[in-house]
Amino acid sequence: METCLECRELGKRFGTIQALDGVNLTVMPGRVVGLLGPNGSGKTTLIKLINGLLTPTAGEVSICGLQPGKESKAIVSYLPDRSCLPEWMNVRQLMEYYADFFADFDRARAADMMARLSLHEELRISQMSKGTKEKVQLILVMSRRARLYLLDEPIGGVDPATRDYILDTIIRNYDENASVVISTHLISDVENVLDDVVFLREGRVSLQASVDDLREQYGKSVDALFREVFKC
Amino acid sequence: MQWHFNQELPIYSQLVDGFRRAIAAGALAPGARLNSVRDLSLEAGVNPNTMQRAMQQLEREGLVYSQRSLGRFVTEDTAMIDRARETLAAEHVRRYREAMRSLGFTGKEMIALLESGGEEEENGDLS
Repeated sequence: METCLECRELGKRFGTIQALDGVNLTVMPGRVVGLLGPNGSGKTTLIKLINGLLTPTAGEVSICGLQPGKESKAIVSYLPDRSCLPEWMNVRQLMEYYADFFADFDRARAADMMARLSLHEELRISQMSKGTKEKVQLILVMSRRARLYLLDEPIGGVDPATRDYILDTIIRNYDENASVVISTHLISDVENVLDDVVFLREGRVSLQASVDDLREQYGKSVDALFREVFKC
Repeated sequence: MQWHFNQELPIYSQLVDGFRRAIAAGALAPGARLNSVRDLSLEAGVNPNTMQRAMQQLEREGLVYSQRSLGRFVTEDTAMIDRARETLAAEHVRRYREAMRSLGFTGKEMIALLESGGEEEENGDLS
């Protein structure tokens, strides 16, 4: 089976700072992977390298056999760690904008999810609360029929009900040929929906395993294990 | 079904356990059709692959079976359901015994307490 994502000896140096070092990572189709690590461990750098927003200083990335670039961007759906939606656009314009950019954007699906949240098409981004903006951005990202979803902190800074909505939307919308990579430090909220976890520590992968295997092996939640491994 | 997960145990085994209990207790009736794996995983708030793995385990145990294109069903073999129910009951009895022994009760005292405790509960239900 073809991998959705493969990183080989991937490294990124910013001047004197080695942000990532020798990262090896393989993600098979149909898997939901949690990219976990404390602040500054390299989560966002790794996601940006996979997405082609940064170029590696060592090693390589392959997405369904493609190098990061124009072709890979057509099959990778990316949720950045901060809002990047033009504030002046309304819901309808946003959906048109996404449909223009991405051939795999399923407008009917997006419209349906917007309607379920009672977000009418004339509503502008600038009129939305922070939580609503996050939901809208996630709907746009998950309405693409992508092969790889890269979600950078999708549940940061939202209330628990919104968190549940976001996780539900992720699970509902990816199909079995696609993989999802979710970066977060809110582990207890996501660990039930993850297949595998990857612990990043100072730019290196310190652990990659399935959630159930870890629970079986250590008799504790991934969250508890994380707190132990990364104790300050 | 309502799910409450123990964060320290594998999710997959808790799913298997929950379905086994629901089938043994009749909450999932013999022959009942189960929702799709995707829907079941959304209800439980878990990953679809984990739910799929739990379903495969239940299939191996014979408590559910799948029919191509029709979906997945609870077994109609009531003898098998009874056996699953008895196995679960035996597990409860074992745990009860262990807990009571650690408190220093003998077998006879346990039975006496069960009988009197049971009556209290029944009276309580009536009032």
